[in-house]
Parts: sequence; structure tokens; C-alpha cells
Amino acid sequence: MKLSEQWLRTMCNPPLASEALCEGLTMAGLEVEEATPAAPPFAHVVVGRIAQIAPHPNADRLRVCTVDIGAAEPLSIVCGAPNAAAGLTVPCALEGAELPGGLVIKRATVRGVESRGMLCSAKELGIDEDASGLLVLDSALELGTPVRDALALDDTLVTLKITPNRADCLSIVGLAQEVASITGAALALPRVDATPVTFDGVRAVRVDAPEACPRFVGRLIDGIDAQRPTPGWMVQRLARSGIRSISAVVDVTNYVMLELGQPLHAYDDRLLDGSIVVRFAGEGETLTLLNGQVLDLTADLLMVCDEKKPLGLAGIMGGEHSGIADDTARVYLEGAFWAPAVIQGKMRRLGFTSDAGYRFERGVDFNGCARAVERATQLILQICGGRAGPLTNLMDEAALPRREPVRVRPARVERLLGVSLDDAAIATVFTRLGLPFTREGADFVITPPSRRFDLAIEEDFVEEVARIHGFDNIPASPRPHVAHMLPDPEATRPRRAVKRALVDLGWQEVITFSFVSKATETALDPAVQPIAVRNPIAAHLDVMRTSLLPGLLETLRINVNRKAPRARIFELGRIFRRSDPGFDQPLRVGGLAYGPAQPEQWGEPTRDVDFFDVKGDLEALLAPAALTTERAAHPALHPGRSARLLVDGVEAGWVGELHPRLVSHFDLPRAAVVFEIALDVLTARHLPAGRAVARTPVVRRDLALVVDETLPAQALLDALHEAKPKHVVELSLFDVYRGRGLTDGRKSLAILVLMQDTSRTLTDADIDATESHLLAVARDRFGATLRQ
Amino acid sequence: MSDLATLVAQARTEFAACSDPAALENAKARYLGKTGALTDLLKGLGKLSAAERPAAGAAINVAKQELETALNSRRDALALARLEAQLAAEALDVSLPGRARGTGSLHPLTRVQERIETLFHSLGFAVADGPEIEDDFHNFTALNTPENHPARSMQDTFYVEDGMVLRTHTSPIQVRYMETHQPPIKIIAPGRVYRVDSDATHSPMFHQIEGLWIDRDVTFADLKAVVTEFLRRFFERDDLKVRFRPSFFPFTEPSAEIDMAFGDGRWLEIAGSGQVHPNVLRAVNIDPEVYQGFAFGMGPDRLAMLRYGIDDLRVFYENDLRFLEQFR
Repeated sequence: MKLSEQWLRTMCNPPLASEALCEGLTMAGLEVEEATPAAPPFAHVVVGRIAQIAPHPNADRLRVCTVDIGAAEPLSIVCGAPNAAAGLTVPCALEGAELPGGLVIKRATVRGVESRGMLCSAKELGIDEDASGLLVLDSALELGTPVRDALALDDTLVTLKITPNRADCLSIVGLAQEVASITGAALALPRVDATPVTFDGVRAVRVDAPEACPRFVGRLIDGIDAQRPTPGWMVQRLARSGIRSISAVVDVTNYVMLELGQPLHAYDDRLLDGSIVVRFAGEGETLTLLNGQVLDLTADLLMVCDEKKPLGLAGIMGGEHSGIADDTARVYLEGAFWAPAVIQGKMRRLGFTSDAGYRFERGVDFNGCARAVERATQLILQICGGRAGPLTNLMDEAALPRREPVRVRPARVERLLGVSLDDAAIATVFTRLGLPFTREGADFVITPPSRRFDLAIEEDFVEEVARIHGFDNIPASPRPHVAHMLPDPEATRPRRAVKRALVDLGWQEVITFSFVSKATETALDPAVQPIAVRNPIAAHLDVMRTSLLPGLLETLRINVNRKAPRARIFELGRIFRRSDPGFDQPLRVGGLAYGPAQPEQWGEPTRDVDFFDVKGDLEALLAPAALTTERAAHPALHPGRSARLLVDGVEAGWVGELHPRLVSHFDLPRAAVVFEIALDVLTARHLPAGRAVARTPVVRRDLALVVDETLPAQALLDALHEAKPKHVVELSLFDVYRGRGLTDGRKSLAILVLMQDTSRTLTDADIDATESHLLAVARDRFGATLRQ
Repeated sequence: MSDLATLVAQARTEFAACSDPAALENAKARYLGKTGALTDLLKGLGKLSAAERPAAGAAINVAKQELETALNSRRDALALARLEAQLAAEALDVSLPGRARGTGSLHPLTRVQERIETLFHSLGFAVADGPEIEDDFHNFTALNTPENHPARSMQDTFYVEDGMVLRTHTSPIQVRYMETHQPPIKIIAPGRVYRVDSDATHSPMFHQIEGLWIDRDVTFADLKAVVTEFLRRFFERDDLKVRFRPSFFPFTEPSAEIDMAFGDGRWLEIAGSGQVHPNVLRAVNIDPEVYQGFAFGMGPDRLAMLRYGIDDLRVFYENDLRFLEQFR
């Protein structure tokens, strides 16, 4: 809501400077977003009239004006403006005036002719961008009047952010009421008298949908001159509220909407057929709106119609056909109350907004319709002449919004706010807000006024008390509360600990968008069916990610483009998949490793990161849980270098090298190793159970087992684990050998075996027997031989 | 006995001239070995008279001890020199950089989120979470924002399939938590949220932290106290100016916008807040006559911008490693 501060002050004028007034509004919940002066500072510029105009003797483009400024002697001023003409009323900067650009006006000789001042354009006065010619003023202005006064330039243009609950503040009257409530200053609302009826024409009105239109007020005004100019003061107030002047009748309806908050509509009466009918649209009907948009009407759109056709979209916008024209002589003026529920959501659906719809969907004072129509009548008659017909005032009382009395308990006020306010203080707030109350015992009983749509329950009034009392006056002091310790489940690793573990392993956290490109998703997995975003912010952010991979790859792409040689990045976030029913949104941790295994350095030979670097980090991340990997296909990964992650035997995610097809698709110089793992696997822990360490000796034996190249090491280890006697306490692979001494297609897996019996020292016989047993298992299951 | 003195002097000179242990042992043999000069002298004692023998013997023993002392000292000196040579040979260029491992860091927004969690944890707030694809009920209706309510246009919503939305705020977590927990409730809920908006200070995906405290007597004054103290601790500035300004949210009554003064004295919006609306409590079967409390929704991204002096929100989501690495 934009408005002129001066206009507001005509109704409530507290002894506060502009800044303090704005601060007061903001701190009462009417946030001032912007407050700018109507014009920059300047002085000694007065209203003048060009009495005579003559060519300049020495310059083709200049003319010499004789300017009457209401003083005894006219001024001679040289002027180059193309629109300078005798009889024009214009701003005249006198000697000594300093204009906004810093120009100081002095008596000067211009090409041999004396000039005693300057005639100004709007731009030269800093009030508009128009520099095409002199600013033409209303000829009725008294000559010599300072232009600042004549144009009311000592004004501030205030932009307020009105929250959706305060439609009553979308008018000067409503804001004046607020200013009076905040400051205690007197309120002087405009006086509206019923206009004497001097014309007996009536157009019948039939409301077929009273629940949607509980009140309809209208009247005919006959014999107007629609071409009469709108008075300057009205044009200016409209302009300062951001509304362009169109024609006198339309300007009046807009003016009254700004002044009183009631949107009005004016129809050219000669284009109406029969009665006015308020009804919902029929299927197949169409309407061309004032903005030129052609609507195919649907049955939930409320229309103002005549007997033959729709005239306008009720409460939102009139139709093009019946709008006011230059030769309109008889106007039908409508001021209705449209139920907010009927208006709400319609503009959003239709893709436009209007000032009227904006107000009606939030709620307009349903007892103010007649007053607004009377006020508009008064102004139209003043400007355009004419005769007012009798007022039609239809009401379906049962359909009007209900206003039930609300009980406000002072104890509740204190309990909610945490500050003690006595009854007198509460009573003062309600009085200032113009909310009449009665007392019942300790309680205040208030019936919300018709202008307020935000007061229905006790808490709403508590907010009013807090607001007018001032949030600043509620102390920020906590009352003592019983403190409870929070549970701290030791068998759960917090998310932050998971992230830190990765960071400590050298990984950098990233945060990428949850919406990604469908093209990327499909490139990674041609069979994927990601969840679509219906209204994406950009075409390449059109689906929800089904894995963390797209964001990681996009991050890599950006950084590689910026010459990053190496990346270890991870993200913790949700992925989104279809499920039956609904959607599955599990939290996952995904990572991507690219470039040298370690930063390039003197101390280590440089080599590219590989599968086992990443698997090693995952093992460290998961310890003490056991991570195993088994070969598994993944559409985005190299088929020979991708694996399923199993944590303590349970499937938890995947790891592998990016498929060569995708390495080129994403324009990467080399492959990246990527993984994704379920977060719940990473956060699940066991409460450690300690046991004493046995002091019997530990014996180590190494077994170098030669097996087929194709045998996964894990299969051998699993078989040995399964078959090992109890005193084998550790079995782990420590070397893989291929080459000299082995036939092609065979490899040697060196396995460390630690043996310990906690109750006795193992004998050589025990040890030899164990070794033979393990060897026999390997031989029988996998054809393993002992490497010689 | 000047022969003996000469002998000792000569041996000392020879020992000193030896530059390695083998030469020294050879020199030793020349004096103290089986045929060494001093051994010869000892052997010659028998030829002396009984009267001369004790004195001569004593003199030779003294000389022998002198030689052994000289020999040992030379042995030590040679060993030391050898050790020093070895150590010198083993010296490193200690100015070379250490063997490099890559180092990682948390994303600055995580850093801020953890800081917020830590501060609220110290006041007894637990952490809650919820889905990001939300249904209309939890994102709007249960928060007192029915279909077509003008307040819905305050937040431009992303829609996905089946009428579901990307949550526009973390407030649905409030509802979900209250559906499954009875008061007292004291939680914060950080998370990603989504709105159709994109410029230097708006990202279509950003973060919020929801706070909720419901008990019998949690007041608006408590809200002011908790959030003010939080902001002062977060920015480590006891003189930080914080103001609460009336506003409107369908799910709180009274509602307050929370502003923080920064740098040049301007106010910056940092959170929306208020006493939880009784309709919200009723929607989750909590009796508003018995329980009450506050909720707030704060923008950690904006806190991060202020804390670390960043003026474009988008850099957080661009993930340029050079930017992120500054937050180690």
C-alpha cells in the first residue's frame, strides 16, 4: 500500500515528525518498507504565468517570456522549452533559487538578453523524469504561490507492507484509525452525507447468490459530463498511491477505494440490458475484462451480469464492454460486499491481480458499502455534475460475516504475554483501537467491528493489547522454568559426528539443490522415473533427485571448469523416490573422489584415486562395523568397478567408478569414484561391551594361498571365517601377488592368521593342525594351493 | 727413566694420529700388545736388580695406565666422530612440507547450523526433523492456512506430484512433532525449505530453523528472552540490538517479526515468531487452555551471511571448493 503522508495527516495528525510516524507504524505491525520525499529540497520556485512570449533576437531556439508571478512587475526570462507558450502556468525559479541538481539561479544575460529566473520542467524540480518541456500547472493556482505548496511537495511517499490479516489498513481511513490508536492523536474522518435524490431512475438488482454477495449497494447518476478533468489534488493523491488518472468517474471510484477501503465499480448505464443480476457464471460464457483478457468462465466464478450477458468478474474486475467512455452520460455505481471465500484464490488461478480483488479476498467493511457509494456520488456530482438517483441497498443479514462477542480475560493476557497489565491499561488499548467493550466480571467482552477481519478469538485481542502496549514494553525476561536434561543415546552416532568423521578423512562437505535436471537423472539411469517439480524455477531444475550423484557431479563439473585438480566432496541429504503409497525420502550420504589420491606433493608418487581409496575411507567411517563389498551392476558405474555396500551383512548403498560413458558425458578429464550410503547405517552404533584382554601368547601364521584370478578375496575370507576354530582370533588379507612364480590366471592371497586360546598356551601341534585345517578348507572349496 | 716418558709421549702422538678404530688398535698393539714396546719393558724388569725392580715396575705401570687412558679417550673420540658423521649424513631438509593429506571441512551452513544446535541444546532444546516433500495439510492447513487463504501467497510454493509440495518452511515439523509428542515440547528443527524465488538474497532452496517450546506457561516474554539471548550468543555480542515487531503469520498469535541491528544501524529481518495459534494446538489435540508456547522460524543462511561477511546467498549453493575451504 502506497500513500501520501499528507493525505493521512488530514485525518489524523499526531505531533510526530515523518520518521517517528513511520517508526511508530512499523512497530505497530504496519511495516514501512520505504519512505521517500515527494520532491527533493528546493526553494524560491513560484507559480508563474507566461503573459507574453517573443522570439529571441539572437537565437533561433530561445524565446523571451514575460512572466507574471503575481508581483507588481513581471519578469523577463529567456526560455528554450519547446512547449513555452503565452498563457501557460508554469513553475518559475526566482533569482537565488537553488534547484535539486545544484543549479543556483542568478540574473544572467543570455545571448545579449537579460533573464531574471528560470522556467522549470518536472525533471529540473526533481519530481518526475519528464524533461521534454515545462511542467504545466493548473491555471487556477494563485500566481506567486510557492510551487512546493501548490503541488504539496512537502510530502512523503510511504510504502507500507500490509500483512494479509489487516485489509482494514488498505485505506487512508483505516490507517488513520491505526495512527490514532498508536499515538492517541485525534481522528477526523471525512464527512459523508447522503446525497439528495434528484433523479428517479432506478435499475433493478437481483442477487441470485446472496451467500456470495450479502450486500449490494448501487445507484444511477444521470446527466454527467464524463469528460470533465479530474481535479489536480485528486490526480496527485492517486499518483502518490501509484494509481494513474484515467477519467473523472474512474478516478473517483479509485479515490474512494483508497480513502475508505471500499472498491467500487462504475458501469456505462446505456450498455446494460434490464436488471443487474449477481450470479455464478454458466458454462460456456465468456467475458472480456477491462485489461483486455478474455476469460472462459467457470461455474465457481461470481459474476455481475445484466439480463443478457456477464458485465464483470464480481469484486475483481469489470468487463471491457460496459466501462465508462468519454460520452457516458448515465453511470451505474456499484459498491458491494463480496464474501472473501468467493474471491480468494481466483486471481491466482486466473493469473492477474486487481486492487479491488486484493481487498475483497482479505475482507472489506461490510457496513461501509453505502457510505462509499454516497462518497463517490458526492465527488462525481462535484466534478462531472449530474443528478443522483435513489440508493439501492440490498442485504442478506444471515449471509454477512458473523461477529460473535469475544471474552478477553485479563489473566489470559498476562499468561500469554508474560507481562502484567492492569485493567485500565487494557481498557485504554481497546478504546484507542475503537473497539467498544463491556465488562462481565473481570472480563472484557468485545464484538469485533465489521471492518476488522482479524479479530475472532481471545488471542487476537491479546495481540492487539501487546501491539498497542508495544512489543518493546514487554520485557525479554524469562520466568523460571524447570529444566530437563536431554536424552543422549550413546548407541546412536549423531549426524554431525558422521560429517566430522568424513571431514577428518579429508572430505569437503557440499550442499546442492534437491531439484536437479531430468536429463542428468536420465543420463545416470535411463530407467529412472524421478518425481517432477510442476513449476520449476529453471528448466534444468525440473525433477527431485533420486540420488546425491547429480549434485556431486555438477559440483565437480563447476570446480573442474575452474581448474580444480582434485576433489573429495560429500553431501548429507535426502533423496526422493516414488513409493507405494506416496514418496520415500531417505537421508543418504554421498561422496565423490576425483584426481590424485593425495594432493600432489614431493613425498608421495602421484597416482589417481581409485576404488580402494574410497572403500578404505568408508571402512574407517563405518568402523567398528564391518564393511564388505560385492560386485554389483549400477547403471552409472563402471561394470567391473562397482559394488554393493554391505554393512554387517546388510545392504547399505553402493560404491564404484563412474562409467566411462558418463565421464565423457560430463566432460570430465578422468573418472571419479563415487559412493552413496544410507545415513541410518552410519548413525547406528553398538554400546561397547568391554572384556579383559587375555594374557596367553598370540601366535601369527601367514598363509599365501594361490587361487584363480576370478575368485573374490572376500569369498575366500568368508569361507575361512566360517571354518576357523575358536582360537583363530583374526583372519585378514595383507597381500595380493600376481606374476613370477605363478601361472597365468592365478593370484596369491596372503592371509594373516592370529591364534590365541584365552585359557592356555597353544602347542605347536595345535598351531600346525589349525594351519592345515584352513589350508584344506581353501583347497577343497576353491582349489587353493600353498604358494611355494 | 726418560725413555719411558718419551715412549708415552710417542704413543700419545701416534694414538692421536689414528683416524679410524683399526689404526688405533694397530697402534695399541705396538705399545701394549704381546710384542709391544711397553710389554717389552715389563719383560725387561726381570733383568733389573731387586732393589731397582719395584720402582721401575711402578713407573712402567703408571705409564701403562696413562697409555690405556689415552687409548680409551681416543676410542671415544673416534666413536663420537663416527656418530657425528653418521648423523650429519642422515640430516633432513626439515623445511620440506609434511607429507600432504587432503583436508576437508564442513559447509559453512552446516557450521552455522551446528552452532545454533549447540546453543539451543544448552537450553534444553532437542533436534527434530521431517520430510521435505510435504502434504498440503502439514505445510498449510494444520498451520491455520486453509486453501486459498491470502497468506498462502506470502510463500511461493513449489508443487510436485499428487498435490504434494516442497515444504515452504520448517513449520510442518512442529505439527508432525506435536502429533506424536505431548507437552512439554522443546525442539528446534533445522532443514531445507523451498520457495519460488531467486536473486542475490533469495535461493529457491534455502534453510530454516524452526523452534518450538510448548508447556503450561511459556510466554511471549520467554520468546523474547530466548531469541534475544540466542542472537547475542551466536554473534558473541552482548550489546546486539534485537527488536520484536508485530506481524502476521496464520499459525501464531500474537505474531512477531524479529529484527537485528547490524553495521550501519539498519534493521535486518532474521526470524518470524509468535505464540502458537490455538487452532494449531487444537489440530494436534493439545488443549490451548492448558498448554501454550512459542514458535519461531529463523534463517540460518542469513545468519551465516552476517557472521562471515558474505553478501550473496547463492555462493553457498554454488560449492566452489575455494570458497568452501575458507571455513576450515
